[in-house]
Amino acid sequence: MTLAPDDRPLPISDPATAPYWVAARAHRLSLPRCEDCGELHFYPRPLCPHCGSQRLGWADVSGDGEVFSFTIVQRAPSPAFADKVPYAVAIVALDEGPHLMSNIIGCPADQVRIGLRVRVNFLDFNEETSLPVFEPAS
Amino acid sequence: MTRRAVIVGIGESQIGRVPGRSSLQLQADAAVAAAADAGLAIGDIDGLLTTPLRVERWNMPAGVVAHNLGIRPRFLSTVDLAGASGVAMIHQAVMAVESGQCDVALCVAGQNLLSHQSRDQAVKSMAESGSAHPQFEVPYGPLVPSLYALIAQRHMYEFGTTSAQLAEVAVAIRGHACLNPNAHKREPLTVADVLASRMITSPLHMFDCAIVSDGAAAVIVTTAERAADLRKRPIHLLGQGYGLRHGHIGDHKQLTITGAVDSGRDAFASAGVERADIDVAEIYDCFTITVIVELEDLGFCAKGEGGSFVEGGRIALGGALPITTHGGLLSGGHPGLPGGFLHVVEGIRQLRGEAGARQVADAELALVHGNGGVASIHATLILGTEPN
Repeated sequence: MTLAPDDRPLPISDPATAPYWVAARAHRLSLPRCEDCGELHFYPRPLCPHCGSQRLGWADVSGDGEVFSFTIVQRAPSPAFADKVPYAVAIVALDEGPHLMSNIIGCPADQVRIGLRVRVNFLDFNEETSLPVFEPAS
Repeated sequence: MTRRAVIVGIGESQIGRVPGRSSLQLQADAAVAAAADAGLAIGDIDGLLTTPLRVERWNMPAGVVAHNLGIRPRFLSTVDLAGASGVAMIHQAVMAVESGQCDVALCVAGQNLLSHQSRDQAVKSMAESGSAHPQFEVPYGPLVPSLYALIAQRHMYEFGTTSAQLAEVAVAIRGHACLNPNAHKREPLTVADVLASRMITSPLHMFDCAIVSDGAAAVIVTTAERAADLRKRPIHLLGQGYGLRHGHIGDHKQLTITGAVDSGRDAFASAGVERADIDVAEIYDCFTITVIVELEDLGFCAKGEGGSFVEGGRIALGGALPITTHGGLLSGGHPGLPGGFLHVVEGIRQLRGEAGARQVADAELALVHGNGGVASIHATLILGTEPN
């Protein structure tokens, strides 16, 4: 567990996304899964993007994946990120299929590459919020 | 007899840093110019289309603008397709006129995005404006340019696109801005300048990114019958299309393919013309990578070939496909969401032969493309000097 409190804008969950953030606080990566067709998706939607069903549940995934694309941010979007530049914002392709956006931490930003194998970790901000981030798998 | 709508008036406010002018004043500058251009009075207008604005907290933008311009509209609409709104307004104004709901429709959009706030405030407000998903993207600290940089990085990986090719886009479009007296940035720019400019969010340098400006633009649409008595040669909407393949970029699996595939296909099919027929293409250019992906998706070159397509002056004036001839969002002017509307005004100006030093000779067919969100919503127009 990494304690990383700062004043970045933290997610405010809603009824459709709360299970994701509750799982993240328990250091599990959990994604919406259709109870009719069985397919995972992300970001959460009210209708399954594969079959249109409204019968959606949640399923834990491995947290393993690879960098699909990335950018090294050199200019902070707001003061909360000023002491973090340069940092890597990436799209991670999870082994189970869905993509998500995250930060790649645990290695110098200039070592991030497309195809880099990564594994989820969690940054704890407060009693409600942990943010999934990714680190090189090796 | 079928009622046909045509474009009869265009206007721009001063574009650039325009301190001391409110968003409504800038819009009024553009609207008055468009009415004078057409040979109409503001009192002739009975339809009003506009867009939402970042700097104003208006409860009903179309109502606020109509009221302040003194218009009693028989039709009004706030068109909100983000950066594609300007393109979409024209199509929706044509529909309103052709359906008989109004006779003279004014499309107007603009704001004092630059003077209203500091640059740091502008960067922060854009980063948290909704282009990045508030729960699943904003907490990771992407700039809006970062969201497009993810497309650029993947395009480079899949197709070998280079930073120098991205820079070619910025250089060609700056060259056009240099020929536009109302453009915001008019200092010449080279590929070396772009590559030496500050890295903002790799692989995008500062000159790969749109500027921020004050400014407004307006277009007037009326019936072909009414146009016969007006000042300017009417311009015709020949075809249009819309497209959307994803919401936020983080859950778009095919990063290098956008809804422009769909908007372009429908626009060309409804206009009944081919890519090779287009004389000038006013392509939405929030970032250099946007242009490369749009040229591919609209079918001007194959997927992956956009980088080489933009080399050798092909997209500059005098090249095979001059694009974004007013200087675009990269150099001409970018008052936020209304920025894409300046591309529409320029397309009309080119077809009228009124583009001065940047005129494309004998331009008869223009494509105008708008892009909203993070390459999410796309709208394409094909305009012509003759009806189809």
